[in-house]
Amino acid sequence: MPSFVNPDKCDGCKALDKTACQYICPNDLMVLDKEKMKAYNREPEMCWECYNCVKICPTQAIDVRGYADFVPMGASVVPMRSTDSIMWTVKFRNGQIKRFKFPIRTTPEGQAQPSGGWDTTASLDDLALATEPASLGLPAVWTK
Amino acid sequence: MVDFKTVEVDTDLLILGGGMAACGAAVEAAYWAKQHGLKVTLVDKAVVDRSGAVAMGLSAINQYVGLKDGQNTVKDYVDYVRNDLMGVTREDLVASIARHVDSSVHLFEKWGLPIWKDENGDYVHEGRWQLMINGESYKVVVAEAAKNALGKENIYERVFIVGPLMDGEECKGAYGFSVRENAFYVFKARATLVAMGGAVHVFKPRSSGEGQGRAWYPPWNAGASAYFTLMAGAEMTCQEVRFIPVRFKDAYGPVGAWFLLFKSRATNAFGGEYMVERKAELANWAPYGHVKPIPANLRNYLGMLDVMAGKGPIYMRTEEAIQKIADTYKDDPKAYQKKMKELESEAWEDFLDMTISQAILWAATNVQPEEKSSEIAAAEPYFIGSHSGASGAWVSGPEDLQTEETKKEYFWGYEGMSTVKGVFCAGDASGASSHKFSSGSHAEGRIVAKAAIRYLVKENPPKPTVDAAKIEELKAATYKPLHLFEQFKGATTQTDVNPNYILPKMFMLRLQKLMDEYAGGVSAQFTTSKPLLERALELLAFLKEDAANLAAADLHELMRAWENIHRMYQAEAHVRSILFREETRWPGYYFRADTPKLDEQNWHCFVNCIYNQYTGEWKMLKRPILHIFGPPKEHELLGG
Repeated sequence: MPSFVNPDKCDGCKALDKTACQYICPNDLMVLDKEKMKAYNREPEMCWECYNCVKICPTQAIDVRGYADFVPMGASVVPMRSTDSIMWTVKFRNGQIKRFKFPIRTTPEGQAQPSGGWDTTASLDDLALATEPASLGLPAVWTK
Repeated sequence: MVDFKTVEVDTDLLILGGGMAACGAAVEAAYWAKQHGLKVTLVDKAVVDRSGAVAMGLSAINQYVGLKDGQNTVKDYVDYVRNDLMGVTREDLVASIARHVDSSVHLFEKWGLPIWKDENGDYVHEGRWQLMINGESYKVVVAEAAKNALGKENIYERVFIVGPLMDGEECKGAYGFSVRENAFYVFKARATLVAMGGAVHVFKPRSSGEGQGRAWYPPWNAGASAYFTLMAGAEMTCQEVRFIPVRFKDAYGPVGAWFLLFKSRATNAFGGEYMVERKAELANWAPYGHVKPIPANLRNYLGMLDVMAGKGPIYMRTEEAIQKIADTYKDDPKAYQKKMKELESEAWEDFLDMTISQAILWAATNVQPEEKSSEIAAAEPYFIGSHSGASGAWVSGPEDLQTEETKKEYFWGYEGMSTVKGVFCAGDASGASSHKFSSGSHAEGRIVAKAAIRYLVKENPPKPTVDAAKIEELKAATYKPLHLFEQFKGATTQTDVNPNYILPKMFMLRLQKLMDEYAGGVSAQFTTSKPLLERALELLAFLKEDAANLAAADLHELMRAWENIHRMYQAEAHVRSILFREETRWPGYYFRADTPKLDEQNWHCFVNCIYNQYTGEWKMLKRPILHIFGPPKEHELLGG
């Protein structure tokens, strides 16, 4: 399907102005069926399997089924994303299970400061960009 | 028919796109704009958190020069890029990005991107220029800084940009439509920065069903940058330089970690190593065939020769690579187990961070990389000037890096400005500056945004005015596919099949089929020729006429309609440029069967083109390749 929605878990994001999956999909694929109040992927053949809908779904209603034209059936890859890490459960066709956990960020969500804490000493006419040369770790921007 | 309101937005700098280059531009522009009382507006067709090519995440940063630790010089990077592109590179642009890119990487780290460190606290390199990261949230972190810098009120999401707002030869901003509400958008801007990515699905993909979405580069990159700059009348460069990555077959999982980190070999089905057995072939592509590392397209080409000789499949020898690493621990079983666990995690993270489909494919086929090799293959062609392709607009370089000679050709005032005044380009939108990847695109966005603010301050261009009739005309053209659908949908009992219109999906498939068969796609073994290309142009002409009959049932399909018009123009620029360049320079990207050799004497140059949207004419031209460091010496050609 690539991404697909489990109707038992999807609550249509409780009729908020838009569903989470609809909000995030980079390719505008996820839509809400307003009659059934369930989301669905309207163009599975344009799905990149980026998993952004899977990761953002508040009820974990979305999963991915590998592209049917080249992926044998029976496997699944399921993420659990928190604020600082992501845990993946990989289930093989033969039943084997692997689990991996990776960090995703080192700072609190929402707190990225554009300057990174570096001062800008340059002016609009200088070669140096904002935060440079400090953010380069060099005394000056390289020139010929 | 529903009523579409018109929303007019006035701004000083308009940033189009929301990917890495646009986010870099946003951070930089916001800083300088504040000092000078200017307004900056960003428009993204998706949401900035997860838009562009890094939307899924990445497992590595591919450009880090390491200037502060003296790991490499700016010139080292320029030599590497020029050689990989078979000599066709704007050294001034590549050098400019290389001198700033480390700063972007350091900022990413401050913003919260986990970059792997070794026991001394130094970055872990995957290769000479590549850093390993835990990059699932790479884009989220970079977007967050951009959003914090710009402020929510200056960001328009889910607004699809159709094209430039032109008045004769002058660009006054952009127009487009919301894919969420019935609103037509007119952004009137004193300067515009184009960063809407490259193009996918111009060529037919290998997959035939659902898997069509699994392009290596994301399917939502549909040629908006190329269309925008072409319609603005900007000179374009390297439109022939497509990129074809060799990746794990079908799911297109990354091979970088296997080649660079685990030192894996690739062999044909009979165990033969094409990079060794076909080494002599490299002499035919001298001097570039002799450089180290061997240019990506030549590595592709040697593998393709094996495939064409019936020696496929080509395999990544994962089991051998892991065994080799294991052998170094054979006397210490505990350390061996620990290392194996580490390797397994690294290998899977490589997929899970950036190509989750590959993890599904391995799991679905019970792949144990320590036991069995995995197939690799050349994907379909993509337009991605930020990677190993080079297509994009022809832009001004920085003043300080020019020689007297290059200044005449490569400099016209503001870095990153196209040949159209006030139209700036970054990332996949700017050409001849390959290998900038995610980090370099961000750095380029910053460089160009600062130049754009400088342009606004120094030149003080007037506030654009656009007459109401022009806006109505663009609005009518934008929504025409919806009207056509409404008008004719009742003419048949099945809306897909209707003699009065063509739907975007079939339009795209028609484009892909002709590009695949005539312009050197997968099924043509990446081979084309003058007669084939001329036939492609004949078929493209019919397609262009039929574009006037595109229909769309809703706003989503309307976006698809315009995306495919964008792709069609990228396709034509590509066909015309390949036709014009009468040689074969990148045999692993495309092969001109009628001019099968490299011709340094006649074609060591840039191929540029200009489209005139008012007359429909294309102008093709050659531009010289000039060196900012002086002609490369023999030892530099050989990789220093």
